[in-house]
Amino acid sequence: MDYITIDSKKVPIEGEKNVLSLIRKAGIDLPTFCYHSELSIYGACRMCVVEDERGKIFASCSEQPRPGMVIYTNTKRIQKYRKLIMELLLASHCRDCTVCHKNGMCELQSLAYKVGVHDVRFPNTREERPIDMSSPSIVLDPNKCILCGDCVRTCDEIQGVGAINFAFRGSKTQVMPAFDKKISETECVGCGQCAAVCPTAAISIRSNVSVVWDAIEDKNIRVVAQVAPAVRIAVGDHFQIPKGENSFAKLVEALRIMGFDQIYDTNFAADLTVMEESAEFAARLEKGEKLPLFTSCCPGWVKYCENKYPEFAENISTCRSPQGMFSAVIKEYYKESDEKEGKKTVVVSIMPCTAKKGEILRKDNFTDGRQDTDYVLTTTEVIRMIKQMGIQFDKISGESADMPFALASGGGAIFGTTGGVTEAVLRRLSPNKDYQTLRDISFTGVRGEEGIKETVVDYQGREVKIAVVNGLANAGKLLDRIKAGEVTYDFVEVMACKRGCIMGGGQPGPAGPRTKQRRMEGIYKVDKSSNIKSSDENPAVVALYQDFLKGKEHRLLHRNLK
Amino acid sequence: MRLENRESLAKKREDAKAAMKQPKHRILVCAGTGCLAGGSAKIYDRFVELAAKEDGVEVAFGDEAHQGIHTGVKRSGCHGFCEMGPLVRIEPSNYLYIKVKEDDCDEIFEESIYNDRPVERLLYESEGVKYETQEKIPFYAKQTRLVLKNCGHIDAENIDEYLAVGGYRALEKVLFDMTPQEVIDEILESNLRGRGGGGFQTGYKWKQVARQKETERYVVCNGDEGDPGAFMDRSVMEGDPHKMLEGMMIAGYAVGAAEGYIYVRAEYPLAINRLKLAIAQANEAGLLGENILGTGFHFQIHINRGAGAFVCGEGSALTASIEGERGMPRTKPPRTVEQGLFGKPTVLNNVETYANVPMIINEGAAWYHTIGTEGSPGTKAFALTGSVKNTGLIEVPMGTNLRDIVYDIGGGVKNDVPFKAVQIGGPSGGCLVTRDLDVKLDFDSLKKLGAMIGSGGLVVMDENTCMVEVARFFMNFTQNESCGKCVPCREGTKRMLEILEDIVAGKGTEESLTMLEELGEAITNTALCGLGKSAALPVLSTLRNFREEYLEHVVEKRCKTGNCQALQNYKILPEVCKGCSKCARNCPVNAISGKIKEPFVIDQAVCIKCGTCLENCPFGAIVKES
Repeated sequence: MDYITIDSKKVPIEGEKNVLSLIRKAGIDLPTFCYHSELSIYGACRMCVVEDERGKIFASCSEQPRPGMVIYTNTKRIQKYRKLIMELLLASHCRDCTVCHKNGMCELQSLAYKVGVHDVRFPNTREERPIDMSSPSIVLDPNKCILCGDCVRTCDEIQGVGAINFAFRGSKTQVMPAFDKKISETECVGCGQCAAVCPTAAISIRSNVSVVWDAIEDKNIRVVAQVAPAVRIAVGDHFQIPKGENSFAKLVEALRIMGFDQIYDTNFAADLTVMEESAEFAARLEKGEKLPLFTSCCPGWVKYCENKYPEFAENISTCRSPQGMFSAVIKEYYKESDEKEGKKTVVVSIMPCTAKKGEILRKDNFTDGRQDTDYVLTTTEVIRMIKQMGIQFDKISGESADMPFALASGGGAIFGTTGGVTEAVLRRLSPNKDYQTLRDISFTGVRGEEGIKETVVDYQGREVKIAVVNGLANAGKLLDRIKAGEVTYDFVEVMACKRGCIMGGGQPGPAGPRTKQRRMEGIYKVDKSSNIKSSDENPAVVALYQDFLKGKEHRLLHRNLK
Repeated sequence: MRLENRESLAKKREDAKAAMKQPKHRILVCAGTGCLAGGSAKIYDRFVELAAKEDGVEVAFGDEAHQGIHTGVKRSGCHGFCEMGPLVRIEPSNYLYIKVKEDDCDEIFEESIYNDRPVERLLYESEGVKYETQEKIPFYAKQTRLVLKNCGHIDAENIDEYLAVGGYRALEKVLFDMTPQEVIDEILESNLRGRGGGGFQTGYKWKQVARQKETERYVVCNGDEGDPGAFMDRSVMEGDPHKMLEGMMIAGYAVGAAEGYIYVRAEYPLAINRLKLAIAQANEAGLLGENILGTGFHFQIHINRGAGAFVCGEGSALTASIEGERGMPRTKPPRTVEQGLFGKPTVLNNVETYANVPMIINEGAAWYHTIGTEGSPGTKAFALTGSVKNTGLIEVPMGTNLRDIVYDIGGGVKNDVPFKAVQIGGPSGGCLVTRDLDVKLDFDSLKKLGAMIGSGGLVVMDENTCMVEVARFFMNFTQNESCGKCVPCREGTKRMLEILEDIVAGKGTEESLTMLEELGEAITNTALCGLGKSAALPVLSTLRNFREEYLEHVVEKRCKTGNCQALQNYKILPEVCKGCSKCARNCPVNAISGKIKEPFVIDQAVCIKCGTCLENCPFGAIVKES
């Protein structure tokens, strides 16, 4: 085995592509801003510089390990340079740490502390730049940008969107859309992955916290919350709860303490989506038209498809997303009571997703010209609210959600990760729901974190070709292949974010490989502990269809496409 | 007409030679950028008129025009002696006329064409000696012009003239008589080193590209000459474009590439036009394109114009820019030879390097080693500018010392002010001072002095130049041209610039100098690309060589050269002042006060050092002190 020596410790080279990975393997957490294992090597922040035995200094992220290399990660010189680089970054950065909403979660702050910068010797000559508030999903504040380029590469390499890039030169360099456009005028889909990787608050989630507090305060408003599948396994991240653990009950209690009037589970609405989408798919299969059917629950994907592949727009399912279906149902459900009590119902959906903030504004998601979901709070915002209230999240014991929309199948639960929608639809379409059949479905290849998964299943004697995609760049690749006639599918599930909603742009960060893994396991654990596996077996769903929904299915559950 | 084989090329060359000899007289009007700016286009037009009138034949370009006339008027490339432009050369007598005006044309025509006599008043004169022919002028006599041999001597817009002087002989030789490996071996043997700055072995680059598994490969020429004051590559592209194309074709043959890209700055429109024309002519002649000379070798050359970013001279930024991406250097590995343009193995050399290739192939590596030094064979072109009598484009053997360049070729410092320093290598280089005058200029010796040959800009500075201001100038350039990617370069140069601005504004302290050194050292050691790593060199090298001058600025708040406006003091000499109050009335900030008919005084705390008082004083009573 080949070795390199890191600070006098021998470390075996086991296929690592760069020295930084070896340093981290050796247990040294070298600071970096621009290194991400899923992105291309960028080498801009220079925080990971190390020195070799000849005194040569280089960035460890972009150096290939060579057997016999001897490197030092913390010599006097390295310390000096690293500190100066950090000081230079701080000198050009906005200095309002205490009032920044990233305060306490900021990578720049924590690395400045780690590196030990206690003084900035350079004057503050920074010019104030305008903040871009044009998007409902994200806010771009160039004053807080350290130009690590993580957002630029994520948007381009992972999402295939490329809405932002660098403009200008020298210290005037800025990350922004081309041609001085606002972010809302670009092909940005609002997925928020840029905000998720941003080490500072240069790109952040557009917050709705204070309007929600206002609604809660208002006695004439009935504030109804719905909680999406992927929120429960991440909301505990900032409260010392093990990664991936289901904190749904705690969250329900916390929301009650905050003053939400009704708290429902979006998993229930996911069951509705499965019902509708399965029916739609079966009908299209029968007629053989508009295939493949693309799923519609991910708003980032829907917008991406409309922007870049408009020719496929009509292949997208007409179903609303679970959020959209649920809000329409809730508004309809409270219509009479509202009139009677002189109240107004406000639906707040709690989502792992920033694109959902855009989805609620789409006219095709309105019912009778009315916006159904009033506000979207991301998991990160809810964590803020819990902290603002001082709720000891780890100490509260948890409560159940409100009936009748609290009961959900495991099929609804797995919407939170890639492959979940497909698996739930397959369960629904399968005539047998026995243990072995469901097990077989889970092994068809729809699970797992690969970018593009393919499988073929049997449905009423015919072969149904399925693709499951996560990450929009992968979706682009797949669509190009479909367009070129290289592949054909009947059903394609797309989630804009890698690994699906568990890694949505509204989820708390930072999340390393282990957290990602735990979150995925967490979602399947919710499914496992559920007595009902298939959406059509959910008695609450069955009851709703038999009674309340009768005749209203299309109006409330589908997009009004004209 | 496409040349199909070796024989047809030989025939065409013979025809071209004959055509070039045909006119009894040739008038070469310099059409380099400098002379064009001096009005050489009008001079050319006038000569065309004169030649046409006398011979009764219309003078034009191209093959036909050469037939049956006695006077050929040519638009030549840069002669290099830009200080003395516009230049006109008469052949075969080789008279070189300087600072020619349109009105001089008739006299030149009358005297030199009809009477074969020089026009005395238009000859170059130095220290009482008039020089009739170009070759005798010290500026040229001390040079070894190999790369620039044809510049100014042939029509840059006519492939025939290049063929006539032996052009494309090297291409012919490699295609018919050498294997690609032999070509690489010859270049390796010659130890040709990249003329773009780093001095990396050209043959080694070619060898590495040739051995890559990927068979789609590219040849790229870096013509993005961005150093302030440098114009060597421009002159080659304008004056002898085919030489560089021939070098690229040979590289393409050696490494198995079928396509070449020239990345040239959009600020060089003349070079771009000449290159376009040259590529079109080479295509027409069958020297570019499919199945060149029937050998089965295909090669095509494209031109990409750069939008003027200095950083695009860096290899990976340059290839990114050609691909349509933002020009930002990337981390290496992979190196350009492995994954360069479009992710394919790429040979990337600069203009001058390619222009060296044909003569190495023609004359052999052994011959090449007879020029220059052991470690740096061959010649180097320099753009000699600044405070020197003969500015212009020069070419000398590697290892020539600075004294010969400044005093013999350059004719010494302008106005005979004492020499102070030379900035070599532009914003990536350093300064050489009096004690370095006898150092041999080559890649290795300069590196030892903390400077670099760079692409070859030589800016001469005299005693009246403030070195702090020079450092500020280069730092300003570097900061504006930083791509903004890595923190040390983007933020570090910004802070260095701020400190230097403080110093020249009289607000520096001794700590400023320590901070400059701290920043400079960190940038040099931690920046991402070559340009970043060398960004601090002008400051560090002036700090090392002229520390006392920096100290004067920060401690005594004094700039003895008078360059730093903020460090000047205006003073009224009481014994000369008549008390007329004119200065006080004209002062924009009311810094001057006094009683009529008594000496006035300037309040230094209020004075903004604009100099209005000095300009207005009718008695010369106001002086500037530094």
